[in-house]
Amino acid sequence: MNGASSTVTRVSGRGIPVRGNDVDTDRIIPARYLRKITFEGLGEFAFEDERKSTDHPFDDARYRGASILVVNANFGCGSSREHAPQAIMRRGIRAIVGESFAEIFQGNCTAMGLPCVTASAASIQTLMEAIESDPTREISVDLEAKTLACVDLGVEVRIPDGDRIQLLEGTWDATGMLLAGREAVRCVARNLPYISGF
Amino acid sequence: MGKSLFYKVWDAHAVRELPSGQTQLFIGLHLIHEVTSPQAFQMMRERSLKVAYPERTFATVDHIVPTDIRTRPLMDPMAEEMLGAIEENSREFDIPLFNLHDDRQGIVHIIGPELGLTQPGMTIACGDSHTSTHGAFGAIAFGIGTSQVRDVLATQCLAMHPLKVRRIEVTGSLTNGVYAKDVILNVIRRLGVKGGVGYAYEYAGPVIDGLSMEERMSICNMSIEGGARAGYINPDQTTFDYLADRAYSPSNGGFDRAVDWWKTMASDADAHYDDVFELDGAALEPTVTWGITPGQGVYVTERVPALRDLRDDERDVAAEAYEYMDFDAGSPIAGTPIDVAFIGSCTNGRISDLREAASVVKGHSVSANVKALVVPGSAAVRRNAESEGLHEIFREAGFEWREAGCSMCLAMNPDKLQHRQICASSSNRNFKGRQGSPTGRTLLMSPAMVAAAAVCGEVTDVRAMLT
Ligand code: SF4
Repeated sequence: MNGASSTVTRVSGRGIPVRGNDVDTDRIIPARYLRKITFEGLGEFAFEDERKSTDHPFDDARYRGASILVVNANFGCGSSREHAPQAIMRRGIRAIVGESFAEIFQGNCTAMGLPCVTASAASIQTLMEAIESDPTREISVDLEAKTLACVDLGVEVRIPDGDRIQLLEGTWDATGMLLAGREAVRCVARNLPYISGF
Repeated sequence: MGKSLFYKVWDAHAVRELPSGQTQLFIGLHLIHEVTSPQAFQMMRERSLKVAYPERTFATVDHIVPTDIRTRPLMDPMAEEMLGAIEENSREFDIPLFNLHDDRQGIVHIIGPELGLTQPGMTIACGDSHTSTHGAFGAIAFGIGTSQVRDVLATQCLAMHPLKVRRIEVTGSLTNGVYAKDVILNVIRRLGVKGGVGYAYEYAGPVIDGLSMEERMSICNMSIEGGARAGYINPDQTTFDYLADRAYSPSNGGFDRAVDWWKTMASDADAHYDDVFELDGAALEPTVTWGITPGQGVYVTERVPALRDLRDDERDVAAEAYEYMDFDAGSPIAGTPIDVAFIGSCTNGRISDLREAASVVKGHSVSANVKALVVPGSAAVRRNAESEGLHEIFREAGFEWREAGCSMCLAMNPDKLQHRQICASSSNRNFKGRQGSPTGRTLLMSPAMVAAAAVCGEVTDVRAMLT
């Protein structure tokens, strides 16, 4: 079995807003929870320190069961720890909508089949307010059409083409695809002076 | 129009275009450590996969290792379990491991270059965002997540999109007391913590040309704090001199042929850049962060900025930072009392960093209320420092002299801040809670500035202490 992954075309569910720019991966999952050799049980500790010091949406009963996380700019900056998106996904989140994402974080999410889409700051603001005023609203993110719908709100969303194709085609788990290129890999390696011994 | 090093290296390693439009990119060197690899090995086992090129992966232990008592089993059972996991994984998958008591052990981004594993023209990946460090040698090096660690183990390849390239030209020359750390903190201050998203940074110009390899690594190391996944410097004589006679460097005639190839990989004089940014190196002063992102830096002679001095998009985070740090807008950063001084990390845990710090500390004592520690970045750095007597200078002044590891950079081992402590730190991240206490505070600065702060008990302009 070489990592056949399922397609992700549309994600629907209720939303949960987590406000703030530059939310780093240390805040998403503090380093003390990296002291594990599996990702199991990480969901419980997502945003742990923030949840202790503030009223965090993740503890707000109104957002219980939400599956679409809505964030601001540069979400997921900092370390490359996949523990951050793992914690978020293991808490039931199936898509993240934000103004912008840090690159490694977004790549990690895609590699796990968790889509990150972006929208304008104004759309995010409207969406957050809509969710806060009525958390039961159903949100739907359509990767095919690159749109987000929330009752009467229709928003265009962006996602890098490569990530979108991987999710739509179910090739976000890259291992199988990369393995298929074995022969070509050997050829490239042979031609690299530092491999052939200069 | 010519090519930049980024594209020369990219093209030499491109295997094929994938259906997603990404490139299948061959990875020349893969480094792993105990925190982000165990889950990847687990996935390998679940899928009955073998490591494709075990001779191109090297493992070490750095993040969770204690830096004081290192007898096995470790006192912390979780740390012992993680060590056990990487030992078992490297044995089962036939990967060399520079283990806790190996004289090659150290922070992954320090030992790669030190051993000559890191070389110009390579692609390098590691499940760690500071992999950008290796770009100092003219390699293209990036941090990856655990699923991608699995990809590299199984295939020695990554599926990636190329980056744009921004050339950052640092002009003039640095004045006394201003270091590589100050250069990069000011690049991030000017371009912002997300200014580099989508880019590789090429650092160039007279200041960069004049830096040692250690200093160049400090700069490339923090590219990621500026949002850039990779940062690099074109290889030159300084690079080649550093690499001569390292354990894994090409030897004998191979070295000269290697140098010839390395030279061809440097950016062409007429290379295309997607953007160019210039920083006046001569105007820089010792820099200290006051907030909760690495972009919130000021000169030590400046004050904590007021909201009105900041761009619109910087204000929310600034307001959050005043509150978390308990600093007032407009108050001078110099004179801020500190509780802890930390010299170490993959940014500034190299021999030149320890020499600079020791030269400040020599003949002084650590202030009575300050806990100060020096954690060399590798076992080799520690040995070098001891052969130069630096450990005596630090110890006599009241610093603790530790074994190699990440230590208080991210506090996954017992070295942690307590409660609201403020730490003058030579590391790279001042995020909330980064140094082990959910309410702890971090001020980033150069190792010489940390040394000055340790001696004075407060943030101090190191230039006043240099002769
Ligand atoms: S020293 Fe800090 S930044 Fe560097 S690898 Fe270790 S934890 Fe990461």
